[in-house]
Amino acid sequence: MTHQALSTTLFLLFVAGTLAITFWASRNTRNATDFYAGGRSFSGVQNGMAIGGDYMSAASFLGIAGIIALSGYDGFLYSIGFLVAWLVALLLVAELMRNSGKFTMADVLAFRMSPRPVRTAAGVSTITVSIFYLLAQMVGAGALVGLLLGITSPAGKALTIVGVGLLMIVYVVVGGMKGTTWVQIVKAVLLMGGATLVTLLVLGKYGFNVSALLGDAAARSGKGGQFLIPGLKYGTAAQGVAGKIDLISLGLALVLGTAGLPHILIRFYTVPTAREARRSVLWGIGIIGVFYLLTLTLGFGAAALVGGKAIAAQDKAGNTAAPQLAQAVGEQIFGEVGGTILLAVIAAVAFATILAVVAGLTLASSSSFAHDLYAHVFKRGEVTEGEEILVARISAFVIGAVAIGLGILAQGQNVAFLVALAFAVAASGNLPAILYSLFWRRFNTAGAVSAIYGGLVSALLLVVFSPVVSGGPTALFPDADFAWFPLSNPGVVSIPLGFLAGFVGTRLSKENNPAKYAEIEVRSLTGVGAEQATPH
Amino acid sequence: MATRHDDASVYERIEADDRFRELRRRFRSWVFPMTAAFLAWYLLYVALSGWARDLMAVKVLGNVNVALVLGLLQFVSTFLIAWAYSRYAARRLDPLAGEIRAEAEHEAERERA
Repeated sequence: MTHQALSTTLFLLFVAGTLAITFWASRNTRNATDFYAGGRSFSGVQNGMAIGGDYMSAASFLGIAGIIALSGYDGFLYSIGFLVAWLVALLLVAELMRNSGKFTMADVLAFRMSPRPVRTAAGVSTITVSIFYLLAQMVGAGALVGLLLGITSPAGKALTIVGVGLLMIVYVVVGGMKGTTWVQIVKAVLLMGGATLVTLLVLGKYGFNVSALLGDAAARSGKGGQFLIPGLKYGTAAQGVAGKIDLISLGLALVLGTAGLPHILIRFYTVPTAREARRSVLWGIGIIGVFYLLTLTLGFGAAALVGGKAIAAQDKAGNTAAPQLAQAVGEQIFGEVGGTILLAVIAAVAFATILAVVAGLTLASSSSFAHDLYAHVFKRGEVTEGEEILVARISAFVIGAVAIGLGILAQGQNVAFLVALAFAVAASGNLPAILYSLFWRRFNTAGAVSAIYGGLVSALLLVVFSPVVSGGPTALFPDADFAWFPLSNPGVVSIPLGFLAGFVGTRLSKENNPAKYAEIEVRSLTGVGAEQATPH
Repeated sequence: MATRHDDASVYERIEADDRFRELRRRFRSWVFPMTAAFLAWYLLYVALSGWARDLMAVKVLGNVNVALVLGLLQFVSTFLIAWAYSRYAARRLDPLAGEIRAEAEHEAERERA
């Protein structure tokens, strides 16, 4: 049996299992709270695992291992930003949002504001961030299938993207939040299991001597001692000061983006209380932290056992370093059959990873469309629950179709760029509005709207005029040059602009409602009047 | 069904209550300085990665250098802060929040009766 056939079989088993769970979950999905928030009946541990499943995307698993394998230490900077970011979510956002919101991020923002403009802004921003993130995962799926299953024709890749897209639509439309959460839990277990197995084999090969592994990695990477310190990829000597500021910009976007990602924020609504929300973030931090330590070993292991040349020959960006390592270490320890099996397992896990993340993103954006834009903006709140869920299901179809279409068009684009952009937009457009809503008494409608649009638009515009879009051989449009903004990540400018826009907008408007702030403050800190779990 | 308080004055009464003020003080006096501290520590690490590469290259043990140790320390500090917060919240925040919540819900019951 070839590794392609084996991986396809394993992946189909995962699909069959998760589809069964999804249909089972659909029988318990009766009302809006079930569809949007899984009935708020998940435990902290379950939700913590689902947070891991939602967050550890293809960019985390394949992308970071790949960057470490090719550029060494710099990939680790990503892991650290992605992990420390969870402290922002734990300390400032998770419990307070659980206590004061209902289904979407906009519930908290619109709480004491004029709801229609604020929900419109939050809905636009939610869907924008989710589409960028979705696009990255879809492109990743297309690239993966080419390299792992031997499908390289554009039509074959397009077909894979359509398949992934259809599956994610089924998970969301049929299973809602319950189905999606279980898919993410199963995926988290598989991913942690697969990554742990390969890591133990790599470390075992080196007799658990980390220094020897690092030495081999540096030697076989072709980069020497530079491989083990920062500076091969970000803030290189050739880029000068702009490169170093770009590094800070990326660091800021990563650490502040997580607590503004809509698909992460809606996870806090799936547990019965704020204490369970806290517990789920603690479990999430544990799982995600351990996972990034595993990817660190996978990245260095791939450099040491596969070698920089062989990795770059397979994929320029290093996205296949982890599966290549699985094959190499399996072969070296168990012979050829072992290598084939391990490669197949890791490839199937990578597909499961993508599927779980895209389902979460589709759910977040269709929830926001149905709950914020349709029910509250278009229908001014006069809509039945059944109608709202129907609209959510239809919009999951539409958003899924859009993601499939864009994913096919964007084939060959840089995946990491799209994810970093989603983080920058979330940190600039969403986080300032969330923090002001929870902590600033004077904050008002004009402030919320200007914070969201100010952050969103400045982040997007700066990217358009950055070197990633034009003015260089690696840019989106290599033949054009309108790049006057020197940084590839807009965070260091657009995040402060989001905060500033929110501050100025608030000050310029006379609207001031201390009674409503008292309500959100008391609710967020004590849980008085918080949404309850639905009994089944 | 959720307990609903549409009368905002209930919330204003709670907000003016000394115990609520104490809860808010305990929450903010822990969370705000800690957020400033971990963000500063993280940005220091990112800045060192950009500007202090000679320091980062210093070997500590075999091929393990300062860069790797500082990176791993970010993991350690993240785990420690998360654990410390959960302990603090369970001891100093949850009991007080629960007391205020129980009283508010009791009061709402009585008003309805």
